[in-house]
Amino acid sequence: MGWTKKILRVDLSNGSIKSEPLNMQWAKDYLGQRGLATKYFVEEVDPKVDPLAPENKLIMTTGPLTGTAASTGGRYSVVTKGALTNAIACSNSGGYFGAELKFAGWDMIIFEGKSAKPVYLSIEDDKVELRDASHLWGKTVFQTEETIKKSHQDPQTRVCSIGRAGENGVKYACIVNDLHRAAGRSGVGTVMGSKNLKAVAVRGTKGAGAIKDPKAFMAATKAAKKVLADNPVTGQGLPTYGTQVLMNVINEMGALPTRNHRDVQFEDARKISGEAMKEKRPTDGKTHLVTNAACFGCTIACGRISRIDETHFSVVNKPEYWGASGGLEYEAAWALGSANGVGDLEALQYANILCNEDGFDPISFGATVAAAMELYDLGILSKEQIGIEAPFGSAQALVTLAEMTAKGEGFGKELGLGSARMCAKYGRPELSMGVKGQEFPAYDSRGIQGMGLAYSTSNRGACHLRGYTVASEVLGIPVKTDPLVTEGKADLVKAFQDATAVFDSSGTCVFTTFAWSLADLQPQLDAACEGEWTMEGLATLGERIWNMERLFNNAAGFTAKDDDLPPRLKTEPAKTGPAKGLVNGIDKMRPEYYKVRGWTPEGVPTKETLARLGL
Amino acid sequence: MGQRITFKLFATLQDYLPAEAKKTNALVLDLDEGTTVAQVVERFALPLKLVHLVLIDGNFVPPAERIGRVLKDGETLAIWPPVAGG
Repeated sequence: MGWTKKILRVDLSNGSIKSEPLNMQWAKDYLGQRGLATKYFVEEVDPKVDPLAPENKLIMTTGPLTGTAASTGGRYSVVTKGALTNAIACSNSGGYFGAELKFAGWDMIIFEGKSAKPVYLSIEDDKVELRDASHLWGKTVFQTEETIKKSHQDPQTRVCSIGRAGENGVKYACIVNDLHRAAGRSGVGTVMGSKNLKAVAVRGTKGAGAIKDPKAFMAATKAAKKVLADNPVTGQGLPTYGTQVLMNVINEMGALPTRNHRDVQFEDARKISGEAMKEKRPTDGKTHLVTNAACFGCTIACGRISRIDETHFSVVNKPEYWGASGGLEYEAAWALGSANGVGDLEALQYANILCNEDGFDPISFGATVAAAMELYDLGILSKEQIGIEAPFGSAQALVTLAEMTAKGEGFGKELGLGSARMCAKYGRPELSMGVKGQEFPAYDSRGIQGMGLAYSTSNRGACHLRGYTVASEVLGIPVKTDPLVTEGKADLVKAFQDATAVFDSSGTCVFTTFAWSLADLQPQLDAACEGEWTMEGLATLGERIWNMERLFNNAAGFTAKDDDLPPRLKTEPAKTGPAKGLVNGIDKMRPEYYKVRGWTPEGVPTKETLARLGL
Repeated sequence: MGQRITFKLFATLQDYLPAEAKKTNALVLDLDEGTTVAQVVERFALPLKLVHLVLIDGNFVPPAERIGRVLKDGETLAIWPPVAGG
């Protein structure tokens, strides 16, 4: 069956915990994880709810392949209304927490209300209870995980938690599991903090059995693993260099946003690249990169584990940061580095560790620092206001601001607002580089046109993981398209968005799609899950999920005006590289996209579209 | 007259660069006039299955054009094996 067919409903206001049967009709229409949890969410929550009100709910959810033998089947997601965006949020994480939740016998947990005091949820199979977390409040993610594991006397307990950022209301706080994997974007950790929920600790011993056709499933997962192993990207490229190999690629292509998108190429890109991470440092003769790492069940192993230079100014006399730790991944390296013009690899890793340690999204944080540095450059913010000189390129400013944000001190409180609120506060809202309140990731849409449309229409605000047309426009997966033109991008973006929604609902990782198509996922789902799972059905399911999220956002108050880019990307041409002289053609692509989607010119799904999708 | 170009190899392909060029992933090359992308690839004995993403001044050169694409003075030729990220 894939699913355990049981969900937990936890009312934090009154402390009640209930087991409910999974709605199997919804499971057939929305699969699991992102799709299924969003279905529950939109059925139960008023779209206009304040994200930080007790009436907002927060759902932790697995997919039918989570915890199974499917490669990368360790994913879980957090669905809520995002604190950063006021839009539907779904943040996806790897590590081991998701599989453990499945092993304990639960498909998802729905958190409602707000606890009067800090609590954490303890799950040991069917034994589920809310426990006092007063002693954990004020603690970092690292401290929280360690403390809970010790008190449970079980090192195999898996923990997801918020750090001080989530407690302090940083708008882009994450929920971090297994020390350095995170449901990172849109402020899902902020919502968790608003509920006084510090952590979830789970230990499961039931396994993830009950597969519909075990023999067919083993054959399907084996074949799919061979596809990953034989593919040069997932078999060799990602394990060797990780996502960070993109730093030089995107820089050469003139699509690396630099200094708050003032530039599209960074002169120090190589210094913070995947190649640099594998070089021996002159100071200690060691490489920054220690090893690669895999999440539960993953046969790709793209993760990076690095060790910071002990002599670096950021960690001198701080031995607690000298050990091997997660990162750098491309997005964090870009946001903490190129976005701010900082070319100091060790400083980036230190800031990245702080993001993991106290649970805040390095993309939104780094991009907000970039906006602050531009405000400083323009004389709108002073050294006195920020607490430090903050010119573009200052590694000292970056690490100091990361420390301030982690602790909720000084100007860190302003940075914790995110770039949209911060820039609006200082009278320059146009300097926030994002969509729907969420900061852009690491691709400049003047050099990769399709990403402008993907960002603008992403249901959770600017995001690369909702429709990664970089795969096609840069890497030629599945087919190469020209990154500098707008033609054909409406169809391309829709195709990526719909397929991604299926992968995000399955329990597998979207990185499999560098090698897998839906045709590789479908046999695994069909063997695991009761019912009939066809290619056609899955394609429709992805489109159904996309439109369901869109309807929620429309009801929350979003309109076509919100499917737009900041003026800089529409009026200030790229200065260098292949895209020199180009702006993003969003105004041309958007109407085409609405048409391809079967939406009105105002961006509203038509009755015919909704009927076709069963919405 | 010869052509002077910048030649860059990244990821696992950087093993094919001389030691001093690995620090920057880049090498300045003086080429005979009319030298093509494919001829540079051959000169450095790059395994063809690793010659995946080929950019000249950041613009993609499709596989079919690599045999005939002549490098011009001042251009940058950059090559990657199959890679991806996110």
